Amino acid sequence: MSGRTTTEVREDGTVPGEQPLDDAVAAESGAEPDRGGLGSATPDRIMRRGFGLLGRGIREQKLLFTISAVGSVLFGAMTVADAWVLGWATDNVIRPSFAAGEVTTGALWVAVLLFISVALLRALGVIARRLIGGIVYYRLVATYRRKVTRKYLVLPMSWHHRHPTGQLLSNANADVEAAWAVFMPLPMAVGVIAMLAAALVAMLEADVVLTLVGLVVFPALFGINVFYQRWLSPKAARAQALRGDLSAVAHESFDGAMVVKSLGREADETERFARATDELRDANIEVGRIRSIFDPLLEALPNLGVLLVIILGVGRVASGAAEPGDVVQVAYLFTVVAFPVRAIGWVLGELPRSVVGWDRVESVLSSQGQMPYGDRELSGQGPARLELRDVAYRFDDADRDVLSGFDLDVPAGSVTALVGSTGSGKSTVTTLLSRLVDPTHGRVLLDGVDLRDLTHAAVADAVAVVPQGTFLFDDTVRENVALGTDVDDEAVWAALRTVQADAFVARLPKGLDTQLGERGTTLSGGQRQRLALARALVRRPRLLVMDDATSAVDPEVEQRILRAFAERTRGAGGTGPTVLVVAYRKATIALADDVVLLESGRIVERGTHTELTERSERYRDLVDAYDQAREARS
Amino acid sequence: MSAASGTTDVSLPGVTTVREGGFTVVRRGLALSPSIRVGLPFTILLAVLSTAGGAVVPVLIQRTIDAGLADGGDLTVSDVADTLTVALVLVLLTAVVAYWMRVRLFIASERGLAELRVTAFRHVHDLSMLTQNAERRGALVSRVTSDVDQVSIFLQMTGIMIVLSLGQMAVATVIMAFYSWQLTLVVWFCFLPLVVSLKYFASRLSRAYDRVRRTVGEMLAVVAEPVVGASVVRAHAIEDRTQSRVDGGIQGNLDANVRAQKLVAVTFASAGLAGGLANAGAVAAGVLLGVAGNLSIGTVIAFAFLVGLLVGPAQMATQVLTEAQNAVASWRRVIELLDTPADVVDPGAAGQSLPDEVLGARFEHVRFAYPDGPVVLDDVDVEIAPRQRVAVVGETGSGKTTFAKLLTRLMDPVEGTVRLGETDIAQVSFDELRRHVLMVPQEGFLFDATLRENLRYGRDGATDADLVTTIEDLGLEDWYASLPAGLDTRVGQRGESLSAGERQLVALVRSALADPDFLVLDEATSAVDPQTELRATRALEKLLDGRTSVTIAHRLSTAENADRVLVFDAGRLVEDGPHDDLVDAGGVYARLHASWVAQASLGGIDPA
Repeated sequence: MSGRTTTEVREDGTVPGEQPLDDAVAAESGAEPDRGGLGSATPDRIMRRGFGLLGRGIREQKLLFTISAVGSVLFGAMTVADAWVLGWATDNVIRPSFAAGEVTTGALWVAVLLFISVALLRALGVIARRLIGGIVYYRLVATYRRKVTRKYLVLPMSWHHRHPTGQLLSNANADVEAAWAVFMPLPMAVGVIAMLAAALVAMLEADVVLTLVGLVVFPALFGINVFYQRWLSPKAARAQALRGDLSAVAHESFDGAMVVKSLGREADETERFARATDELRDANIEVGRIRSIFDPLLEALPNLGVLLVIILGVGRVASGAAEPGDVVQVAYLFTVVAFPVRAIGWVLGELPRSVVGWDRVESVLSSQGQMPYGDRELSGQGPARLELRDVAYRFDDADRDVLSGFDLDVPAGSVTALVGSTGSGKSTVTTLLSRLVDPTHGRVLLDGVDLRDLTHAAVADAVAVVPQGTFLFDDTVRENVALGTDVDDEAVWAALRTVQADAFVARLPKGLDTQLGERGTTLSGGQRQRLALARALVRRPRLLVMDDATSAVDPEVEQRILRAFAERTRGAGGTGPTVLVVAYRKATIALADDVVLLESGRIVERGTHTELTERSERYRDLVDAYDQAREARS
Repeated sequence: MSAASGTTDVSLPGVTTVREGGFTVVRRGLALSPSIRVGLPFTILLAVLSTAGGAVVPVLIQRTIDAGLADGGDLTVSDVADTLTVALVLVLLTAVVAYWMRVRLFIASERGLAELRVTAFRHVHDLSMLTQNAERRGALVSRVTSDVDQVSIFLQMTGIMIVLSLGQMAVATVIMAFYSWQLTLVVWFCFLPLVVSLKYFASRLSRAYDRVRRTVGEMLAVVAEPVVGASVVRAHAIEDRTQSRVDGGIQGNLDANVRAQKLVAVTFASAGLAGGLANAGAVAAGVLLGVAGNLSIGTVIAFAFLVGLLVGPAQMATQVLTEAQNAVASWRRVIELLDTPADVVDPGAAGQSLPDEVLGARFEHVRFAYPDGPVVLDDVDVEIAPRQRVAVVGETGSGKTTFAKLLTRLMDPVEGTVRLGETDIAQVSFDELRRHVLMVPQEGFLFDATLRENLRYGRDGATDADLVTTIEDLGLEDWYASLPAGLDTRVGQRGESLSAGERQLVALVRSALADPDFLVLDEATSAVDPQTELRATRALEKLLDGRTSVTIAHRLSTAENADRVLVFDAGRLVEDGPHDDLVDAGGVYARLHASWVAQASLGGIDPA
């Protein structure tokens, strides 16, 4: 528990609880219907929805997409023009010059100029297509990442609790990228369509019979590409899913290294990993076999087309129906058009993945709900009074209340301990106090004001909740404590001193400026908890709620911290906050003025520790568990 | 996109890092994966042969035109039948060769990389950093997953593309030179600026992609904040601040991607431009030379087709080089991992065996320090008698955990010897050692499988009856009866379907099945509900019965109940004796004890 890491994102980008995208694609394309999920969708429906997605993206980036499409059309047209120039040069420069035995200078200059102009325009088209087209994709990704993360900040905590962390991270990252990935090859595909149209015109203008060859070869290229993608996608998806499985095996095995090592299971673990590796290897080889067939086939096809053009062309030229330049032009067209045609296959291959990615992004964006805040501010100063009136709470989808008929008074300036066994509802109480969730029934009042009537800032200023697990931001120590509030270093140090964290922070390489978080300095569980406490203190809250917030702190240090808290709260003047503490350790309980015992979401006992020890067997059972265990030994 | 999904370059502490050149890495990488090398020269030969297919069309065009097509006259198909037949055969043949080459390459590389993965995986389990540095486990996982995937992409796509591109360029150049050296010079002159600037652009692109990767890491970290830190953000009302951090991360990544994309677009476009210039140059020079009688008309036209063979490789060159660098970096990381020597060496079959009796242990002037790190344990000299129950106490960083790890050979001392009975444990094979000594870690880590499979981790091949008997021996039958599916109960990822306390129970049963003589326990600190706590305590009591044990104690009761307490402070064994004596001695232990008592007794009331 104590060693919980900042985030659950793993270095290789996979996240626990994340469903591999390709799994869903495989399910959607019906490759493995037993995986369930989106199995009912037909390929046609996916294509229709895919085109809808294309429309949405194009509307979002209308101007830039148009520029990239125009650039791509320019590229397509210039590719065809290149072949036309070669044909023209053949008939108007090369042949006449060779026939006459002297250079037809004017025409030669025109040909050179044409070649260079076409190349320049084509280069312009390529830049527009690749650069602007790339910007369209990156902007779409950035836009939707912002939308998704904004939504995360608005959606209530109850929504967050319903969704696994891994899934939400993957929605904002991999899924957003997948949704728009189709926009990478899209401009190229648009240009290819223009190119094919232009090629058809150029061929028709050259010779009708030779055009027929084109009418066979281009659709064949297109058809083979589509067939290729359809055949490849489920296999590639399977390989991707197996890659996820392999990663899961490695993660688990390394996480459990201590067990593996101490029980001498290295060989068995290696065998388990080898089995996953072999499956992935075989799946990859299967993908490789398909690619091995199609790539050479797609390369050979245009060459065969050229052979056919020559065979027919020789006859057409002999009969005077076509010029030699026409044959050269059509042959050249085959060689330059063949590769770009694949872009259409890429788009069609990418669409199902994009649709699945978009569906996941959509489900976040269309989620309803947010926490409504009131407009009142709290007037008083110093420790606040807390009251819970007939509070009930029930999780969504649950069939019984976690808390019910819950009434609690915590006088201003007191220290109250909340005790109870696992699942008794202690943590739920703490989440109600900072309005991470609202009660399903009843009211939570701070100095007599319902929390729901207060502004968000008023709640945040007045109440600080320190949870057991500590989240550190990818930021400096100072910022992790201050969190954007306007406090000076002296205040930060003072808070750190109170939680006995000043010494270790001072020893960090850059002190307050030391970078923490996923990619920064690693802190122990106890150190992290102490920073979380400092984070709460520096904001001078009027109610401090600790949910087993010192579980990883050394007992001795914990005692010093808690005593300091209690003194500030109860000392002369009572400037410290009212404290509500969820406690497991006896010493913590001992510091409280008042102890509240919870059982199944209800308060069953209340009093000082001494009273409860004398009066309640349940209470003694709970807090004396260790002692009981000790007696059982002897 | 390819750059964005690249792996993060995280260096691992203790991993050998000798920067080797790209070729050395490839050579060593191939040596580590023997299956890749099987028939590799032949595969490369096939690859080069397959590029010959590209030459068919230009030559065919030249021959047809020179046979009389250009004259527009009376050329018939039968006049060029031989050429056409040869061309057809060549096109088909090269397609078949290309297919053959690819299949061979896929099979060989996948087999070789599968071996590499498994070797690396096994090696990771031999590295002590795995159990020492939990934070870096993710990096180790990516060594056997995404890093190897990168190598696979390199071998099957980038690497072969380099071979094919070079082959195609060579074939085109040879045919050009055969036709006309002058035109060849003209064409290459047009491509020269590209060739010269290749290195410059490749290094700029490489830096641009580095930047992209860095921004991806930064972005992922801040994007996680509204999710993983949702409750903190909400509780402190720092939504705006969080959003602006997230937006910053996203924008930084966007900018880096666009910057890289600019370079890609420019290098890609300039290759096409060079091709256009080459065509213009070849036609102009060709006509001039042809009129002078040095060239045939077919040759001039064929050059346009030959130039086309150069454009493709030139377009891709910059990107291919950049991707190759990334792949080599991944390969290097895997090799570095394998180069890191296993710090604890298994003597294997050559090892000594331990006598079949309950053994004690002896530390002889043991010292431990991490490489380049401070001394963690210094001059520890202590003997533990058979069946003695020892508690080890001390503050965090006192060296008590290191003491336990040395005892189980998770690490080796820098100086001194650890003995079991009379035998140096470094001389005992792992198999033998683990039959006698078992470490029970603090967290009861479980694998995502059934309870049965998790218990069998302790003893392979144990029958269901064995498992149930052991559960009963530990007095856990009522807990076992409460499990919905008995031994078939699935424990979930990391055992999370069970409570922390239940995971500890499973770990205890697992240890009992392993049936060691000597137990080393890291006591759990996490709070569990009282009932489970009581069960665990009783089960542990039964497990320890008749065995030698060393427990890293976090609780007063454990130390109190031990036969003997070892107290560590700042890497030294400072006190040694039974609980009562040490309390009376008024030293480090007495101080720790006082603080424990403060906790255990509530508000000054003594529970006892």
